[in-house]
Amino acid sequence: MESIKDKIAIIGMGCCKFGENWNKGPEDMIIEAAYEAYEDAGIDPKDIQAAWLGTVSAHWIGMGGLALAEPLKLHGIPITRVENWCATGHEALRNASFAVACGMYDIAIAVGFEKLKDTGFPGLGVGRGMHPVMEMRRTAPSSFAFIATRYFHTYGLSPEEGKETIAKIAVKNHKNGSLHPKAHFQREITLEQAVKAPIIAWPLGLFDCCGNSDGAAVAIIARADMAKKFRDDPIYIKGIGLSQNSMMPHFQPGFDWTGFEVTQRAARQAYEQAGIKNPRKEIDLAVVHDCFTITELIIYEDLGFSPKGKAREDVDAGTFTLEGDLPVNTDGGLKCFGHPVGASGLRMSYEIYKQLQGKGDKRQIKNAEIGLAHTLGGHPSVSCVMLYGNNRG
Amino acid sequence: MVGIKSYGAYIPISRMNRDIIGNAWGTRSIGGERSVANYDEDSLSMAVEAALNCLNGEDRRGIEGLFFASTTSPYKEKACSSIVATVADLNREIWTGDFANSLRAGTSAMRTAFNTIKSGEAKSIMITAADCRLGTPRSVDEQTFGDGAAALLLGDSDVIATIEDAYSVSDDITDVWRTDQDTFVRSWEDRWVLINGYTKNMKAAISGIMKKRGLTPKDFTKVVLYSPDARSHADLAKSLGFDLKTQLQDPLITTIGNVGSAQPLVLLVSALEEAKAGDKILLASYGDGSDVFILQVTDAIEGVKNKRGLKKSMGLKMMLPTYEKYLAYRQLVSLPEEFIKLFPSASVMWRTQKWVLSCHGSKCKNCGLVSFPIQRVCFGCHSRDEFEEVRLSDKKGKVFTYSLDNLAGGVNPPTVQTIVESEEGGARIYCLMTDCDPKEVKVGLPVEMTFRRFHREGGFYNYFWKCRPAR
Repeated sequence: MESIKDKIAIIGMGCCKFGENWNKGPEDMIIEAAYEAYEDAGIDPKDIQAAWLGTVSAHWIGMGGLALAEPLKLHGIPITRVENWCATGHEALRNASFAVACGMYDIAIAVGFEKLKDTGFPGLGVGRGMHPVMEMRRTAPSSFAFIATRYFHTYGLSPEEGKETIAKIAVKNHKNGSLHPKAHFQREITLEQAVKAPIIAWPLGLFDCCGNSDGAAVAIIARADMAKKFRDDPIYIKGIGLSQNSMMPHFQPGFDWTGFEVTQRAARQAYEQAGIKNPRKEIDLAVVHDCFTITELIIYEDLGFSPKGKAREDVDAGTFTLEGDLPVNTDGGLKCFGHPVGASGLRMSYEIYKQLQGKGDKRQIKNAEIGLAHTLGGHPSVSCVMLYGNNRG
Repeated sequence: MVGIKSYGAYIPISRMNRDIIGNAWGTRSIGGERSVANYDEDSLSMAVEAALNCLNGEDRRGIEGLFFASTTSPYKEKACSSIVATVADLNREIWTGDFANSLRAGTSAMRTAFNTIKSGEAKSIMITAADCRLGTPRSVDEQTFGDGAAALLLGDSDVIATIEDAYSVSDDITDVWRTDQDTFVRSWEDRWVLINGYTKNMKAAISGIMKKRGLTPKDFTKVVLYSPDARSHADLAKSLGFDLKTQLQDPLITTIGNVGSAQPLVLLVSALEEAKAGDKILLASYGDGSDVFILQVTDAIEGVKNKRGLKKSMGLKMMLPTYEKYLAYRQLVSLPEEFIKLFPSASVMWRTQKWVLSCHGSKCKNCGLVSFPIQRVCFGCHSRDEFEEVRLSDKKGKVFTYSLDNLAGGVNPPTVQTIVESEEGGARIYCLMTDCDPKEVKVGLPVEMTFRRFHREGGFYNYFWKCRPAR
């Protein structure tokens, strides 16, 4: 197999303000993000040769590329709508990258958006059954609460110890989010607030859950060999991993609910392409799929940042804070940006892109060269890991 | 000899103190408590519970008929007996039939089964009876009624009690009724109902069979009489010459309530639990007439003491905290709109009934892995269509992990979500937990499977399995 490493460059990115965008439609958010990206790349919309759109909202299912063609007037070029649960934003970028890498196009755009606040429901994912006639009352919080329950049990954490560990992740992400003007939530919280918050799905409380927000994010990509024509500091794709599992991994006897094979495999694929042997040392920052605080805890282990069962020690040591060895979710993560599903993978990549360019503002970390963005979706049954670098090897 | 081979009963774990109802309306409480079907239970699901209790240890393959009797069938057009038979995992080549519309439905089913076996047409038939009747809010019926089910396996050999004879009278009287337009049970003036309906018919039937068989009251060990309330059966028994203290079966009105068409059979199960070889039992039902049976207990009664009869259900109780919960359980009040979005499909239900209804998982013939639902391609070894079906409904399990979800909505939050690890090959079952105190849920908690009503999306009822703490 060939590697995608250094074949694709991101030459421009944009991201709208995330939040309860009651006064904006999907088209407004897409326009806001896309025109920022056009300006950032220094291109004209007419330069775009192909487009990929990621969104999962029911309204857009069966609508193909219309949600993008309409607001941006991208008439005449191929547009493809993709979806792959919470990895959807990454999926748009991944497919656009392959099309450019094969030489079919020189410049392509990847767009992700979701308008959750128009659905009338304040939470994510309620009522998806495992079968058309079954009501399993599965919500996103309860799906991930399963992990928390089992992780605490397996590693001998009392509910108090477990809750305090994941609360520290919430506190860290809120602190980072307070430094990002585009985040939905920009207020710091205390450990006590996080621990004592009302329970959503035991053992997960309010501050263990990401927000339900609207948002859009955009990436413009080009062949890596022509990237410097657009800007001095393009960001290169070093690796793309994606792994899919069954509808419900817990159907499988032996599945231990303390880690996800899809993340482990996606990371392995991306690390191999990028030539990363020791992720803890070689990766400078990561923006990961913290749909819930417990998810971020196990992601540390799945991505190889912490040994299995030891992530708690790294949390206590402050490893993943802005000042730590390996800052994670420097922009506040899903915790502060919410999770407009199709937008999230691209929003994460936007933060890595800015950090690797040294444009991280108050959140800027030192000497960032390699960054990782990670999405995890389904039950969870799909994960994507993207690796970016600011040097073409 | 034709008779009863096995019995099962089921009373929902939820009980409501009648004072709660009295307090809600500012009326008199008749005292005691009544059973209340959980929000996810109905006559069909309760009949299934009774059937599975009755089948405990019995050979399912030999059963040739399954009857379902109720005045509160979830369907006006569509058989429920066929659903119960599928859920109980009985043969496909089986005679199923629904008995409805009368409080005598349970004993009608029993008499039909009895006659069929006696005629030699079948060797073994199971009957189930269940009711979940609604009394008008604030009425005495609302307090008196209870919810419950019973099942009897009738056969021509190895019986624990022979059915010596049966006798019936029929009477067209509009004393207690419910039209196709009604939600709640109606009745005429209670004195008239008792005198000209209940007492007159019961007397005629009981006297009739005793005369036919040349028996007197003292020939019976136990007299099991349907009773609409806590007292009428006693007045009747006294007037017939039975001794109230030694012969009369408690109708369980104070503890369970009047469980409608299931009541005579529930009481019979209760009597059989206490019976000894040689006992003679008189059973009489009521409803637009009366059915009467004479049973003779055999030596085989000693072998069935570990059955899930009535005592077990009676001993398991969770008190309903408020009257409002009762209204919500019975859908008598509107709750906030559900955000659950489902895609009901009758054809999918039909296609997947082997795991949805019969609770079968697949056991790989190649590597032995057990999966639920049935998987054509094995998770473990990728072999295709190399599996045998295994029944998981009668297997115990334990909670592998769980969540108590306050976001998921529903009638009785929090929703208890679990991953159960079955004792059958460690199969994982994603299911909701019911009949539990959320505080008792923990990793490793032993559980058992229970068949429940889920929803009515698409205009038809969807049933599936949940788990509950093993009792």
